[in-house]
Amino acid sequence: MAVLRTFASFVADSARLVLKGGRLYYAWIAFLLVLIAVGAVAYTGQLREGLIATHMRDQVSWGFYIGNFTFLVGVAAAAIMLVIPAYVYNWEPIKEITILGEMLAISALVMCLGFVLVDIGRPDRFWHILPFIGHLNWPSSLLAWDVLVLNTYLILNAFVVTYLLYCAYTEKHYVKKLVLPLVLFSIPMAVSIHTVTAYLYNGLASRPFWNSAILAPRFLASAFCSGPAILLILLQILRKTTKLRIKDEAIFKVAELMAYTMGFNLFLTAAEAFKEFYSNTQHVVYMQYLYFGLKGHYALVPFAWASVLCGLAAFILFLVPKTRKNWITLNIGCVLIYSSVYIEKGMGLIIPGFTPDTLGEIYVYRPSLTEVLVAGGIFAIGFLVFTLLLKAAVPMMLGEFTHTKGRDRFKDAVSSAG
Amino acid sequence: MTMEQDPIPQPESCEGGCDVSRRVFLGAAVATVAGALTGCGDISAEDFLQRNFREMSKQEVQETIARLEREYKEQFGRDVYVGNEPPIPGVIFAYALDLSRCIGCRRCVYACVKENNQSRDPQIQWIRVLQMDKEEGVNLEHDTAYYDPPEVPAPGHFYMPTACQQCKKPPCVKVCPVGATWREKDGIVVVDYNWCIGCRYCMAACPYGARHFNWGEPHLPADELNPHTHYLGNRPRYKGVVEKCTFCIQRTRNGRYPACVEICPTGSRKFGNILDPTSEIRMVLEHKRVFKFKEDLNTQPNFFYFYGV
Repeated sequence: MAVLRTFASFVADSARLVLKGGRLYYAWIAFLLVLIAVGAVAYTGQLREGLIATHMRDQVSWGFYIGNFTFLVGVAAAAIMLVIPAYVYNWEPIKEITILGEMLAISALVMCLGFVLVDIGRPDRFWHILPFIGHLNWPSSLLAWDVLVLNTYLILNAFVVTYLLYCAYTEKHYVKKLVLPLVLFSIPMAVSIHTVTAYLYNGLASRPFWNSAILAPRFLASAFCSGPAILLILLQILRKTTKLRIKDEAIFKVAELMAYTMGFNLFLTAAEAFKEFYSNTQHVVYMQYLYFGLKGHYALVPFAWASVLCGLAAFILFLVPKTRKNWITLNIGCVLIYSSVYIEKGMGLIIPGFTPDTLGEIYVYRPSLTEVLVAGGIFAIGFLVFTLLLKAAVPMMLGEFTHTKGRDRFKDAVSSAG
Repeated sequence: MTMEQDPIPQPESCEGGCDVSRRVFLGAAVATVAGALTGCGDISAEDFLQRNFREMSKQEVQETIARLEREYKEQFGRDVYVGNEPPIPGVIFAYALDLSRCIGCRRCVYACVKENNQSRDPQIQWIRVLQMDKEEGVNLEHDTAYYDPPEVPAPGHFYMPTACQQCKKPPCVKVCPVGATWREKDGIVVVDYNWCIGCRYCMAACPYGARHFNWGEPHLPADELNPHTHYLGNRPRYKGVVEKCTFCIQRTRNGRYPACVEICPTGSRKFGNILDPTSEIRMVLEHKRVFKFKEDLNTQPNFFYFYGV
């Protein structure tokens, strides 16, 4: 009972932490809420009209939503990039930032589930996919696998984050025998969410663009570039705005690891391109549509090359120690690699899979305004979740706020806000 | 999940009619909320709670069909028969299409739309006729479905109608996350329109572009409705679900030809029971030069193309 009471006050205090902030904090939250409201209105329209409000059609039956979903699964998986060195090699400087990676994973997964939800034609039949209650076609359907691993990974991360913060709040050291196995388990889980998502496309013989054995390795390589890129920028912001101390050493170590994965990612992309263009079978048309255009249709070409060039530039910036350890070039590199992977694992993956379609037709897909607004709303939900998690977690991680300490901050906040 | 399992757990003290009313009440409450939240309009409790067709008891099937007939009558102001004829023992349907005879007139496309109650707006067509270059042969890089010459066949071209190939190893069935589509014993791949969640994974998996999605609310004028339907076939569909060719299940399980076979003016379309050694389809398969579309994918279609002359 005592534990329950403490946990209740933990939840209540977290809520209080989240509700009190500076002017900038409120402005940011308000901005996110506006985006969410706009997205909700757009989604209501889509529910009323049907998915005809999007620009997806029979020829290109998945689009912007599923592209974003795929990219975000990678972001969620990348949390392990930080967990591996921290726990396996017991490398201290990086340890405190793994919890940030896990919170990023939670937010990314919330967005993933949101994108799947807005993509399905009959959200009212959502219960059909629940195991035992509905009819989950497991193990045959890779989508059934994806439902299971994504939700397991979400629950796992949510539990570890909550537990670590609760321990910090109650000023107790966490039980290593409980946390370590869970964190270690989250490593194969992170690999599996991205592998299963890759297999979801990979297993379709009808779509030669996806039906390549290195699709899953490519997914993992690109995820280990984009996920940490977000974290590197975030760590710098947190160092400046909070008392959280993160050593330069930790940031540079992550950047160094990223340089290797970026090189590997480029290599895999080149391997795929070589196979398609050199053997030059009929299956080359999809990659041709992506990089060079097909039969007068060039919609993806500028994006495809932007992705390649950004990826190359970021690789060079991260590879050279001088630019890797320069804050300006490091951050430029982060933005470049993030953009590169966002294109490659989003629209650059989904659309060429469908273009030309299985009967040879080229339908040029571009997202509709509804799709863009709904996607904006989902991204805003993800950012909101992440912001709120950070807002509550940082003072607890720092030990500034526990069940005994830091309550005066509420009075401060009220007086400063007033 | 067993046949008898209830979707909603019930308290032990509640018996008989109390169970039913409680269940319906809860269902109605959830359905109203789901309907309101998802914009899918008026969903009745029965609609919302309806189970997978293959998991229903005989009685549940009867009740469901009676309800659907009632709903369709309300919607269209006409009596609609929703059949539930099972596969005929000893029958596996197969189809053969003579590429040397087809002239690309697309009468099959429109006969299919009429027979199978496809949405007229937005238009859905289960048959897609591809115009190919004679010089190229069957080559999907040199085809179009949007041909419009003054007369067919256009010189230098031949025509290849496509539809569901009723695969023995259907990739669409394999990938469906909720088991809303399956292959029946007579070889027909069907969809339960009331169980499909509209994720469109099957459309990504199908190598033949045979699956079609109701992107908008399907519109079917009441006077154009074909009232003779089958649960797994041509009964009117809903917004947000997938549909496909069923070899005219409502006809063929009652001993009739599919509408496309009947309408074809050149006799290019052959249909029958592949297990019957005296059938026309067996004659074609045994004596003509036959090929399967995208044979390398090992989907093993029960739909064959052949050159009759």
